[in-house]
Amino acid sequence: MGKTISEKIFSTKAGSPVQAGDLVIAQVDMAMGQDGTTPLAIRSFEDMGGKSVFDPSRIIFIIDHNAPSPLEAVSHLHDLMRQFATQYGVRLFDVGCGVCHELMMAQGLVVPGDLVIGADSHTCTYGAIGAFSTGVGSTELAAVMISGKLWFKVPETIRVILNGTLPRGVFSKDIILYLAGQIGADGATYQAVEFSGPVIDRMEMDERFTISNMAVEIGAKAGLMAPDYKTLAWLKNRARRPYQSVYPDPDAMYQSTRTFDCSGLVPHVALPHRVDTVKPVDEVADVPIREAFLGTCTNGRAVDIEIAARILRGKVVHPDVRFIIAPASREIFLTALEKGWVETIVTAGGVFVSPGCGPCVGTHQGVPGDEWNVISTANRNFKGRMGNNKAAIYLASPATVAASALAGKISDPRKYLG
Amino acid sequence: MILMILKGKTHCFGNDINTDYIISGRYKFKTLDMNELGKHVMEDIDPDFARKVAPGDFIVAWKNFGCGSSREQAPRALLACGIRGILAKSFARIFFRNAINCGLVALECNTEGMESGVELEINLTEGKIVNLQGGNVITASPLPDIMIDILNEGGLIEYIKKYGSFQKRVSSSSR
Ligand code: SF4
Repeated sequence: MGKTISEKIFSTKAGSPVQAGDLVIAQVDMAMGQDGTTPLAIRSFEDMGGKSVFDPSRIIFIIDHNAPSPLEAVSHLHDLMRQFATQYGVRLFDVGCGVCHELMMAQGLVVPGDLVIGADSHTCTYGAIGAFSTGVGSTELAAVMISGKLWFKVPETIRVILNGTLPRGVFSKDIILYLAGQIGADGATYQAVEFSGPVIDRMEMDERFTISNMAVEIGAKAGLMAPDYKTLAWLKNRARRPYQSVYPDPDAMYQSTRTFDCSGLVPHVALPHRVDTVKPVDEVADVPIREAFLGTCTNGRAVDIEIAARILRGKVVHPDVRFIIAPASREIFLTALEKGWVETIVTAGGVFVSPGCGPCVGTHQGVPGDEWNVISTANRNFKGRMGNNKAAIYLASPATVAASALAGKISDPRKYLG
Repeated sequence: MILMILKGKTHCFGNDINTDYIISGRYKFKTLDMNELGKHVMEDIDPDFARKVAPGDFIVAWKNFGCGSSREQAPRALLACGIRGILAKSFARIFFRNAINCGLVALECNTEGMESGVELEINLTEGKIVNLQGGNVITASPLPDIMIDILNEGGLIEYIKKYGSFQKRVSSSSR
């Protein structure tokens, strides 16, 4: 019987052939922690009696969630990470480098066929380059830092095939929001998803990352895509290790196969406070907006800032709206500066904050007021997510967010994309 | 060895209770003091929750408990506020692992019709949950062996302290 991508990666990393349902103890290629989870991992590491790390070159710390620090207490936690990194020779990306998931991929730290764990739920993003990557908790990160290993249950896989042609003004974010609505927030719990089909084939890597990033929003353990020539081109000059791409066998066993036609898709919006309450943009058009946010590990990349600049060029953000942009990395910020997108957006009234998570998780840099409606390119809209449980968060594509920032209400971006 | 018989009162919740609700990002970034975090558990959906919990109590929920972020502060803050175990129809996987790793009991079972304020007795060895008022018994899905081993040690910290790494099966005494 053939194997899925997950079964193949776990067979390699566990050192013997395994299939869905097996419990394995596997060698981890990369372990990542960010500033919301690593301080607790360091505490666990010490409580476990950790004296050394299994391989410092395979552990990465990133300060992105609360960066730069808004509070003295947070500065202490950041220093705890810096001290540990220095002591054990672990590489640390400090304030301003960018969002953990963007850095792990753009810096070539993850390669196809890898097994990666990260103490952050959106670690599943790296599935877009064909790595099995998944989120863990702080104590598991500590266990991996010591032993280099972790136990897993090899997941079953749901195959999602995306057929057709994506219409103009409709983006990969609209696809994954639509899928969340169709599959549900727990539709793929404990399972992996393999995305494929002509729509994926035509996407650039940046667009694919958005889809794998949100696999966890349908409960999935991983959101995988088989590498193709675009993946390999993207990895060229980035990958820091040699690698072997992993492809599913033609006769692989899937838990189920779901096929979607994207040709008729329209821009979609997730309504507060659930990512799977999803509606076509027209059905929520005219909801007044007080804050718009473009950024995050889902949609803070160069293409996302570019589309916002295209929509805002020569126009002015609605006076009732604070439009906040957080580039996902320093490199992306530099590209946006060089291409003139920053100037366009700032002239239009947008506010750039430092590369990192920005207001995504509600600790600083754009906490909304009471009764505010926020439209955001993030992946989560739970009540209180952005730091105020009396605000309501709508999720959409960067184009829809930029169009809504202009109009002061939720708007279909297609009318701005001439 | 963990306590194999647990007793406590129930606090009921619905579907999709996410980690932001369990402990908001507003608090979790500021401190590693779990007792402080324990005071704010479930605050956004039930402001009085922490005050209502007596040590040893259980949370009973429906589908997808613990969805959202990977924050281990969620199960740790629940433990700090006195919650000993969670019964749910299903869990989000990272939360499920985190809970067991911290020594918080997490059992998948049919929670249909359960009410708040009911006294339960949980026999972990047998995976049986008894409603001490109504008398009815439900059975939980068995945990993977490795999770039982981790729970038996009192959590992953103790487990790694003892074994240094993950072992396929370390104890056979657990059931
Ligand atoms: S951008 Fe948001 S979702 Fe992504 S890692 Fe940061 S806080 Fe998490």
